[in-house]
Amino acid sequence: MSEENKNYLSTGDTVKSWLLTTDHKRIGILFLFSILLFFTIAAVAAALMRIELLTPQGDLVHADTYNKLFTIHGVLMVWFFLIPSIPSVLGNFVIPLMIGARDMAFPKLNLLSWYLFIIGGFFAFHAIILGGVDTGWTFYTPYSSAYSNSHVVEMALGIFIAGFGSILTGLNFIVTIQTMRAPGLTWFRLPLFIWSLFATSVILVLATPVLAITLALMSVERIWGIGIFNPKLGGDPVLFQHLFWFYSHPAVYIMILPGMGVVSEVITCFARKKIFGYYFVAFSSVAIAVVGFLVWGHHMFVSSQSIYAGMAFSILSFLVAIPSAIKVFNWTMTLYRGSISFEAPMIYVLSFIALFVIGGLTGLMLATLPVDVHVHGTYFVVAHFHYIMVGGMVTAFMGGLHYWWPKISGRMYPEKLGQLAAIIMFVGFNLTFFPQYILGYLGMPRRVHEYAPEFQIYNVLSTAGASILGVGYLLPLIYLLWSIFYGKRATANPWNATGLEWQTSSPPPKNNFHETPVVTEEPYNYPPLNEIGEITLASNEHK
Amino acid sequence: MEIPYTIQARPDTGVYNAKLGIWLFLASEVMLFGGLFSSYVLLRVGAEPGMWPHGWLDVRLGTANTIILALSAITTLLAWAACKVGQFGKFKFFHACTLLCALAFLGIKSYEYHDKWIHYEIKLNDGTFADGHLVEKSEDFDLAKKTGTVTLHGRIVNDETLLYDLRSQKDIKLDEVTVKAADIKQMENYGPWHNTYLAIYFTMTGLHALHILGGSIVIGFLWGPGRKMWKTNPTQFTNRIEVSGLFWHFVDLVWIFLFPVLYLT
Ligand SMILES: [Cu+2]
Repeated sequence: MSEENKNYLSTGDTVKSWLLTTDHKRIGILFLFSILLFFTIAAVAAALMRIELLTPQGDLVHADTYNKLFTIHGVLMVWFFLIPSIPSVLGNFVIPLMIGARDMAFPKLNLLSWYLFIIGGFFAFHAIILGGVDTGWTFYTPYSSAYSNSHVVEMALGIFIAGFGSILTGLNFIVTIQTMRAPGLTWFRLPLFIWSLFATSVILVLATPVLAITLALMSVERIWGIGIFNPKLGGDPVLFQHLFWFYSHPAVYIMILPGMGVVSEVITCFARKKIFGYYFVAFSSVAIAVVGFLVWGHHMFVSSQSIYAGMAFSILSFLVAIPSAIKVFNWTMTLYRGSISFEAPMIYVLSFIALFVIGGLTGLMLATLPVDVHVHGTYFVVAHFHYIMVGGMVTAFMGGLHYWWPKISGRMYPEKLGQLAAIIMFVGFNLTFFPQYILGYLGMPRRVHEYAPEFQIYNVLSTAGASILGVGYLLPLIYLLWSIFYGKRATANPWNATGLEWQTSSPPPKNNFHETPVVTEEPYNYPPLNEIGEITLASNEHK
Repeated sequence: MEIPYTIQARPDTGVYNAKLGIWLFLASEVMLFGGLFSSYVLLRVGAEPGMWPHGWLDVRLGTANTIILALSAITTLLAWAACKVGQFGKFKFFHACTLLCALAFLGIKSYEYHDKWIHYEIKLNDGTFADGHLVEKSEDFDLAKKTGTVTLHGRIVNDETLLYDLRSQKDIKLDEVTVKAADIKQMENYGPWHNTYLAIYFTMTGLHALHILGGSIVIGFLWGPGRKMWKTNPTQFTNRIEVSGLFWHFVDLVWIFLFPVLYLT
């Protein structure tokens, strides 16, 4: 194979060539495999919980074990799967391709982010092996800092280190998007995926340090018994909640904005239409990132916050729903009179929209003070954030992974199986989590391993749904791996999509483009159906 | 492979990648310290009446450290300016000054830490409080066995709040005070565990000192082994001085906030 025809996968296949790579595409793949590992552990924890909840009695695990299970599930899913999922895997892979660059602005820093993630992951994993943590993913003080008998500090350290990786990823994305765009690629010609990742990166850079200091303070309080949060030592436990949610609410948008970016890419491609209201979709990402910093208090309506603070946070939480609603409206308008086809990525994206709408509307219910007081600490909350986190982000991640899979692997995944898995996931997800809304409304508390017998029927439904969902997740794991070796070879642009990433070969060469592309048009300039195949973005051949 | 704008600034924005990167990093740092400052405010507002210390820190030492850091900010700037105009000798001199300032700062800070470390508050069984710096513990001193004595350079007061608001008391008289272990109810030094004020004081200044230390390592590297780059790529070297200088100025700025908040209020 000549140097010219080599792609990023075939240039070097030693372990060293992978572990010391500074190629953003390879780093994306390193992230993909690492987060899948953590996803698997978190999924096992979830499965054990669902089995325990089949019966009202606590017969499978002890109460402490159950506490550890939901903590492991939460910590791993939030910090070791969801937050790095779309940004670090898909973002890393496609950002430079989408903007016509040869790599990230700081390729070595990019690799460092992965190592920090792995070192953090190691500590988290080690804390689990030593016996786990039972505080819940929120680490509320003073339980975490004074009373819990589990490996809190080590787990916090893992999150702390991985957090530094996230900050560096965000920083790298912002600088890359700012300075590495191809000639002619102005801000308003950028794909919306880039806009959403830019907004995400701002949150990563500005919110993650607050988590770092919160966990650090909690840890020093635990180690040296100094009084910051523990009221017995003169500290303020609500201060912990303020700091934690000041990070963790924006973190929700770290976990949903990138998914929204995937939706915009996929929906235009499979409706073969320009996005409806590009500016609105782009700026709504920014608006979400900004307003998202002002709503943390809605997690503390019952934590001794004054009623006026509660009302202010309630109103701001309603406000933050507006840009999300704008996006849903624009996606729907994009579908209107489009030539829609239902390839797997499109099915994922459509189920994203449906699940996100349900999750978002129940979020508005929770932002309403009286409703929140009624369902606070129940399964209603659990169902709500799973509709956003799993129904939203995981679905979008699957959609994006399928959409860019031909580019990543150079192979097509089996389409029929892909569609089937997407539908199984949609059905399984709703069966798992819709009954939990009912459970919560009826008053079943979250984080318990025993419950009143009248709740059993919904719990059985939920566990049944979870097993269907499990099958849904297993399928792509198998057929995507299969396709790497036996899948049909992908052309440069199998979906006839616009966007620079589709102009280079699949998989791309090590340096992405043999010639730097020049952009002369707005994004999503999909030609009418009968003219498909023409590449509308010119490259500067004479340079 | 060529990454654009690693050394030269992008014409439309006027910054090169590393400069934009450090500004973003500093934004992140602002949030880090912002979390700590907000904690300070909430802890102070929530403190029990009379139990928030005033005048516990030596303003003279704090002022000295403020001046030292201000000087180091100037020398960093001069070092960068010297690089800009190609005067490497001057650069070496000014950067050495910065480094010395950093060391002086850390020296004074550790003296202040030590001063708190050997400062004890002792609750006595008769309801009074002995407070002061440790002079000596008798050989057989053992709090658990209640044997021996401890000598402080300090005073005995009846009301604990007198130990907290030092600024309102004129002419505090300090003497050698010796107490028997048998009379001691509780004895604790002024470590971060002593109260919330010291907890937040040690975490804020400790994190800041870590930043000074980290900055000194970078500056020391650029002054020492890193200066080889001056021969091969002076522009990039100057950029590095600029970027590390921006970090250093940020660390100085944090102190400018820490000083009044902790020493003067
Ligand atoms: Cu929230």
